[in-house]
Amino acid sequence: MVDVTPADAVPPAEVGEVELYHPHSWWTKYVFSQDAKVIAVQYSATATAIGLVALVLSWLMRLQLGFPGTFDFITPEAYYQFITMHGMIMVIYLLTALFLGGFGNYLIPLMVGARDMVFPYVNMLSYWIYLLAVLVLVSSFFAPGGPTGAGWTLYPPQAIMSGTPGGQDWGIILMLSSLILFIVGFTMGGLNYVVTVLQGRTRGMTLMRLPLTVWGIFTATVMALLAFPALFVACVMMLLDRVLGTSFFMPAIVEMGEQLQHNGGSPILFQHLFWFFGHPEVYIVALPAFGIVSDLISTHARKNIFGYRMMVWAIIAIGALSFVVWAHHMYVSGMNPYFGFFFATTTLIIAVPTAIKVYNWVLTLWRGDIHLTIPMLFALAFIVTFVNGGLTGLFLGNVVVDVPLSDTMFVVAHFHMVMGVAPILVIFGAIYHWYPKVTGRMLDETLGRFHFWVTFVGAYLIFFPMHYLGLMGVPRRYAELTDMTIMTESARHLNSFISIMAFIVGFAQMVFLFNLIWSIRHGREAGGNPWRATTLEWQTPQTPPAHGNFGKELPIVYRWAYDYSVPGAKEDCIPQNVPGDFAPSREPA
Amino acid sequence: MADTTMTHTSQMETRPAGWRGIAADWASDQRAFKNVSWGKAMMWIFLLSDTFIFGCFLLSYMTARMSTRVPWPNPSEVFALRIGGSEIPLILIAIMTFVLISSSGTMAMAVNFGYRHDRRKTAILMLLTAALGATFVGMQAFEWTKLITEGVRPWGNPWGAAQFGSCFFMITGFHGTHVTIGVIFLIIVARKVWRGDFDIGRPGYFTSRRGRYENVEIMGLYWHFVDLVWVFIFAFFYLW
Repeated sequence: MVDVTPADAVPPAEVGEVELYHPHSWWTKYVFSQDAKVIAVQYSATATAIGLVALVLSWLMRLQLGFPGTFDFITPEAYYQFITMHGMIMVIYLLTALFLGGFGNYLIPLMVGARDMVFPYVNMLSYWIYLLAVLVLVSSFFAPGGPTGAGWTLYPPQAIMSGTPGGQDWGIILMLSSLILFIVGFTMGGLNYVVTVLQGRTRGMTLMRLPLTVWGIFTATVMALLAFPALFVACVMMLLDRVLGTSFFMPAIVEMGEQLQHNGGSPILFQHLFWFFGHPEVYIVALPAFGIVSDLISTHARKNIFGYRMMVWAIIAIGALSFVVWAHHMYVSGMNPYFGFFFATTTLIIAVPTAIKVYNWVLTLWRGDIHLTIPMLFALAFIVTFVNGGLTGLFLGNVVVDVPLSDTMFVVAHFHMVMGVAPILVIFGAIYHWYPKVTGRMLDETLGRFHFWVTFVGAYLIFFPMHYLGLMGVPRRYAELTDMTIMTESARHLNSFISIMAFIVGFAQMVFLFNLIWSIRHGREAGGNPWRATTLEWQTPQTPPAHGNFGKELPIVYRWAYDYSVPGAKEDCIPQNVPGDFAPSREPA
Repeated sequence: MADTTMTHTSQMETRPAGWRGIAADWASDQRAFKNVSWGKAMMWIFLLSDTFIFGCFLLSYMTARMSTRVPWPNPSEVFALRIGGSEIPLILIAIMTFVLISSSGTMAMAVNFGYRHDRRKTAILMLLTAALGATFVGMQAFEWTKLITEGVRPWGNPWGAAQFGSCFFMITGFHGTHVTIGVIFLIIVARKVWRGDFDIGRPGYFTSRRGRYENVEIMGLYWHFVDLVWVFIFAFFYLW
């Protein structure tokens, strides 16, 4: 790495200033806005709203599982619809949209020192198409037959047959249409994020000086642009199977004693396409979380991130590896044993870069000046949770262990820990961290601590017992477990306990929402840089940042994002735009 | 916005050698791809993503074709035309391919004249490209009509595996949609060239960004991509 720190060494601007689109009415300023910051808030609000639907659905599922037979309106069909919509909303419409559309839009331009995304108009379209996708999804709740109940993986042939809720009604059609819209909308935004990071950085901001948050979001977006095509194709083909009666995924099949029209299709083909998207999707959600948590830990432990370069390479390695592991979701579908061997090996190799990241987080904390602020609490909770979820991943990555555990509650516990709870903890931490920048006010501390402890402890009380249930053999996706011999007295009690905890944790999220709204007006004034952080978004002249982000002159970057507690420096935080002559740097040479 | 000016190169000598140097080059200041404008970078990345879409379509088609237990209809017979009393295999497809490849040629010329700021020739060549593209789509419509009258449907056909019709309509339909979108945008950009928008820097209606003659080249990237994809469809669907 060349980089030279003295101020005079910063190269001249390669790209001239771009004229920004200036809104001229209330509508173009707040509704059809082309400003990435407004789009970010729109994305986040929409994702949160649809996420609340998913939360309610999870409550309904837990009511049925915890107290079987008590609630008449939760029929098995309804239960499948809840489970499907909960999974799909959480993975795609909440996590993906919030990390990339929400945090990506807000943080990328600010952190790389740009005035906006490179194509603000396309960026705006991205949000509106996303909103349309969400509305189509929600409309399926009101369609005849209700939403699809095919499970979030939408496996054919059952997904489009009459035995599955929504299979021969509108449910599956609306679901697939909504996904196609989502992918179109996401592509528009994703191109913006990638090009902004690659081509729109301010002077001095080399890629190896990017905050890890940007690295995480950037890599995840690249992955999404390469993985979503497989889902797009799968959705188009299944839509054709359902609407036109083609047989891409539908084999010859008998339903209710009648031979269907379909013939010769391959359900396994769908699984390959789906998981070629589905596995990278896990990391599309995880990598932004990795990036954000690195910055949270470094900032709140007042210490430079340990092994910055290694962290960057680990992100890239995880991104690349995640494209060659997809069939580990299909061990029980049946495949050539050599393929199982290959996919098990690649899967376990991912543990290496992931472990590097965990070690580096811990080493960043080592002898740091740890401030147990709320973002830090969430970051620490993330590390623990991610390690827990990752370790059970080692079980499930092995073919012989996966086969008996597959389709049990163990799997549910695993993926909720690793890609449900862990990224959501980071989202919470990130909201507590950046809320002051977005609104100019701090979130309430007391409510925040209450929210953290209930969420963190509660999530463990929900998902830890599920491992045990899974090892006992309790299957997942069953609407009613009462009569099974494995459902012993203690297992039933455990199930009820999990359900009660789910309600308590859900309640804590209401407190959080209240905090979000209440603090907009009543929170403590934050000032421009309440956490004394180094990255560029905290150095804006106004808080919240104005249109164009940085006032007249774009900032010039002289150092990496992690100059905390530099020996010999007067302050324990040296922002990225402070010239090297004025303060020393620990940037790796 | 996105000038194609040269980057200053004074720092180059200090860069390290080997892999570290490659990494440092990629990570270098402000732009990863030097002298590539935002619009062009965005189009390339979009095309990469679109490649994955077409790749998945073609792979799915190949899976279907290889795994079916029913005979696959012979493309040379299905796509033959009776001209002057004799069956000529693949003749229509050959003409279609010729037309589309030719349109890549006129597109490339349009790009060239665009950079010379020759408004008239650029616009005419772009419209010619659009006309060739429209001809292609028209012949595709003819082909679809012919197959449909012969009894080919997405769910079945008289000669063999049902997936033949499914894949045919899906893949050529998706590609034809790309061509159609391309034709529409060719006309839009040609109109801008004709009107002199890129000379006077007139702001775009939606984006309020000033266009430049580079937009012709970016349009060309998309067009060449669509042609290239056709070559693969031609090879894998018709010639196999």
